[in-house]
Amino acid sequence: MRGLSFDLHPGEVLGIVGESGAGKSLTARALLGMVPRGAVTGGTVVLRGSADPAAERGRRIGLVPQDALSALSPVHPVGDQLAAAVRSVRRVSRREAAARAVAALERVGIPDAARRARAYPHEYSGGMRQRAVIAMATVNEPDVVVADEPTTALDEERREQVLRVLTEQREAVGAALVLVTHDLDAVRRHADRVLVMYAGRAAELGAAGRVLDRPRAPYTAGLLASLPRPDGPPRRRLPALPGSPPAPGALGAGCAFAPRCPLAVPACRAHEPEPRPLDGRLVACHRAADVPDPIREFL
Amino acid sequence: MSEPLLDVRDLVVRYGPVTAVDHVSFALEAGETLALDGPSGCGKSSTALAVLLLRRPDGGEVRFEGRELTGLPERELRPLRPRMQPVLQDPYGSLSPRRRIRDAVAEPLKVRGRWDPGRGPARVAELLERVGLDRSYGDRRPHELSGGQCQRAGIARALACEPRLLVLDEPVSALDASVRAGVLNLLADLQDELGLGYLFICHDRAVVRHFADRVVELREGRVTSEWRPRSPGAALR
Ligand SMILES: Nc1ncnc2c1ncn2[C@@H]1O[C@H](COP(=O)(O)OP(=O)(O)O)[C@@H](O)[C@H]1O
Ligand code: SF4
Ligand SMILES: [Mg+2]
Repeated sequence: MRGLSFDLHPGEVLGIVGESGAGKSLTARALLGMVPRGAVTGGTVVLRGSADPAAERGRRIGLVPQDALSALSPVHPVGDQLAAAVRSVRRVSRREAAARAVAALERVGIPDAARRARAYPHEYSGGMRQRAVIAMATVNEPDVVVADEPTTALDEERREQVLRVLTEQREAVGAALVLVTHDLDAVRRHADRVLVMYAGRAAELGAAGRVLDRPRAPYTAGLLASLPRPDGPPRRRLPALPGSPPAPGALGAGCAFAPRCPLAVPACRAHEPEPRPLDGRLVACHRAADVPDPIREFL
Repeated sequence: MSEPLLDVRDLVVRYGPVTAVDHVSFALEAGETLALDGPSGCGKSSTALAVLLLRRPDGGEVRFEGRELTGLPERELRPLRPRMQPVLQDPYGSLSPRRRIRDAVAEPLKVRGRWDPGRGPARVAELLERVGLDRSYGDRRPHELSGGQCQRAGIARALACEPRLLVLDEPVSALDASVRAGVLNLLADLQDELGLGYLFICHDRAVVRHFADRVVELREGRVTSEWRPRSPGAALR
């Protein structure tokens, strides 16, 4: 991540998209103060009314990781883990905590929740496990939920189900949601704003519908143009951006997207573009005004 | 009529009391892409493992290039295995983390005693370039590659022994959109050039629609329907 700034409003859904390695997960984890050991850090994360967001993990900030198994202990029943999460922030009796745990499982649509609360994570299916983790992340009614690729490991049907549960729970507790994903459809359907990242920087940041319908950063346009279209005649070869994202540490001067950008001009290789307001969003591109519309013609 | 490349009849795979694949039949021609689509747990990967004889089926036949495989002892399967190669979802998991890419690509040739120390390195470089990787990537290890580059290296490795059939289990599901399109286009090019048959497992309906010639839908281990995305009328789905 290099000089990334953004804000998150109460109750808002912010989607973060970009290729793997773009820094999406690091951004999500930095919000929770969970940067990898040895990382060089700068900048700040401010949570309203709190001096140290990292200390609010589990209380005012909940995490839904990609891999549900990593968020659950294999040796304790799911209900006990939820109850422990409740008791970590509230002085309630064990019985009360257990009841809240079952209610939380019920809310995320786990059938026969009272019985399932006594089961272990490995006894849950993938989709159920992901819903249990959502219950865990929302049980203490946080202000912010950070979900890092919560559906990548799931198939299409379960993906939609998990997204629905996630957005319902967020709404029920009134939390803002940071949704890291490479599912642009999910962003279109569920996010208020979207942050498009490339090589550790913001390429574009603005209202999700606006950015995805009329992208102004060439990277966003390329990403959208390479999606297989669900309608129209099938075509065996899809439009594709050439090349691949830069390896971390291999960045030169200038715009990191220049080697792959159909619009690149010599100035792009000399100066890295800063995010600037254009058309109701922020765009980091020297030629933002020249990105064609419709995007289908981009690649 | 010539024999199909792969002809699967009444395939059954059981795990204890659970029947994961329940009398599944389909056939695949050389140069054709047959997609297996369906929710997770419906038996797609179990079908793939049984077709590759990486797991002995509990019933049915797998005919590959005209030979029935399920009855063959391992000794007779071994020379046939290079002709049917898997490409898996997790591009990092399918390459050993400590081994350099060039060694991973050379390995299938070495274990089959087909490694020629004189011409081998050039063959590896050629395979890497064929999948769109500069030959210098041969010196790197998997974690020094992006997901899409890793998947390309996995494809190069699968091509090393000149297969006729690739069994691709969710090969692009872990990749981002812009990288995914590039890998799919590479697979289309290789198929046109080499006449490979693809058994393509994928649960992304939009991808399947563009990439497959035929789609077999599985549900709870059974074939529920079969359709052709490029036929007139398929747009109605
Ligand atoms: N623990 C770590 N140690 C070293 N590098 C890391 C670590 N975690 C992530 N990175 C690097 O940081 C960059 C951003 O990674 P990540 O946030 O995981 O991206 P994304 O979530 O968009 O795939 C990548 O280049 C990745 O290799
Ligand atoms: S600054 Fe130049 S290279 Fe970078 S995205 Fe814009 S046009 Fe492309
Ligand atoms: Mg990630």
